[in-house]
Amino acid sequence: MEDEFEGTFDTEGVIKKFMFVNRKAPYGTIYALESLETVLISAAFEQDTSVAFVDDGVYQLKKGQDTTGINMKNFSPTYRALEGYDVEKLYVEKESLEARGLTEDDLVVDVEVLSAEELSELMDEQDVVLSA
Amino acid sequence: MKFGILVNEGPFTHQASDSAYQFVKAALDKGHEVLRVFFYHDGVNNGNKLSEPQADDRNLIKLWGELAKEHKIDLVVCIAAALRRGIKDDILADGFRISGLGQLVEVGIAADRLVTFGD
Amino acid sequence: MMHTVNKSPFERNVLDSCLRLAKKGSVILLYEDAVYAAAAGTTATDTVKAASNEYSFYVLGPDLAARGITEDQVVDGVNVVDYGGFVDLVVEHGPVQSWL
Repeated sequence: MEDEFEGTFDTEGVIKKFMFVNRKAPYGTIYALESLETVLISAAFEQDTSVAFVDDGVYQLKKGQDTTGINMKNFSPTYRALEGYDVEKLYVEKESLEARGLTEDDLVVDVEVLSAEELSELMDEQDVVLSA
Repeated sequence: MKFGILVNEGPFTHQASDSAYQFVKAALDKGHEVLRVFFYHDGVNNGNKLSEPQADDRNLIKLWGELAKEHKIDLVVCIAAALRRGIKDDILADGFRISGLGQLVEVGIAADRLVTFGD
Repeated sequence: MMHTVNKSPFERNVLDSCLRLAKKGSVILLYEDAVYAAAAGTTATDTVKAASNEYSFYVLGPDLAARGITEDQVVDGVNVVDYGGFVDLVVEHGPVQSWL
C-alpha cells in the first residue's frame, strides 16, 4: 500500500496527531468497519495515531462477537492487530463504558480508560480529528 | 488557509454533501484554497454520473465537477468504498478520480484544516 | 478547537456527547438538523442556555431559515452565522471535530 502511494502534496517529515473518534456500533451500519480501514492507513503514513471509543463505539470492542448468524464479517479481531501497525493509543471513555454496563474485562483489547474530562483534554491537543 | 474536506454521505439521503459544497464555495469566496475533497462511505455516490436528478432539483454531482474544474480541486472517490458500491471508472462523473484512502490521510497532513461532513 | 453538531437533539444524543467531551471554552456550531436545538421554547432550550455559558455557540442561518426558524426565535447566547461565518470559525478556532 505504502509503496504504491503517489503523493500530490509535500508531506515529507510532517507528523500530525490524528485521533479517530469511534462513536458507532458495529454491523448496524458500516461506519465502524470503514473507519477502521482509515485507522490502518493513517498508521501506514506514520502519523501519531490514536483511537478513542465513545458512546456506542465501545461496542466495537466487546468480546464474544459471533456474526455467523448474520453472514457478516466479524472484524473485532482486527482491533487486536492494531498494535502490529504501531497503533497503540486506544482510549475508551469511562462514562460510555459504564453507561453500557461494561468494564475493561469485557473488551477484546487492552485500552486506557479515561474520564470524559481526561479525554476532552486529549482531543483538544489533536491536529486532525476524524469522527464516525 | 488550506482546506481538506471529507464527505461521508451520498448526494440525496443526507444533507452532508450539500453542506460540504456550500462550505467549500464559501471558503473559495474568501480566498482560501481547497486542496481535495475526499468521498468516503456512501459519499462515493457523489461521483456517479449515471445519477439523474429531476429537472427542478439541484444536481450536486454536476455542481461538484464544475466547481472542481473552475478552482482546480482534486475530487477523490475512495476505491475500497467505491468498488463495494459499484462505482467504477466507466461511470465516474467529470472531475472525479478514484484512488486509495491514503489520499484522505495525505490531505489531512497537508491541509491546515480537515472538515468532515456526514451523518 | 471547534466542534460541529448536525443532529436534532430530539432524535440523537450527539449534542449531549459533544457537551460531555468538548473542552470548555470551545466553539460549537449547530447546523443541519441540529439547528432545532437553537430554537427557543423547546425541551432542549435549558441545555443549550446552560451550555452557552461554557462554550461559544453558533448556529447556521441558512439551515435555520430552511426549517422555518427565524433569528428572533433563537435561544439567547447563540450567534447566527452564514456559510462564510462557518468558514471563519474554522479558520480562527483550529481543528474541527464533526460530531456525526
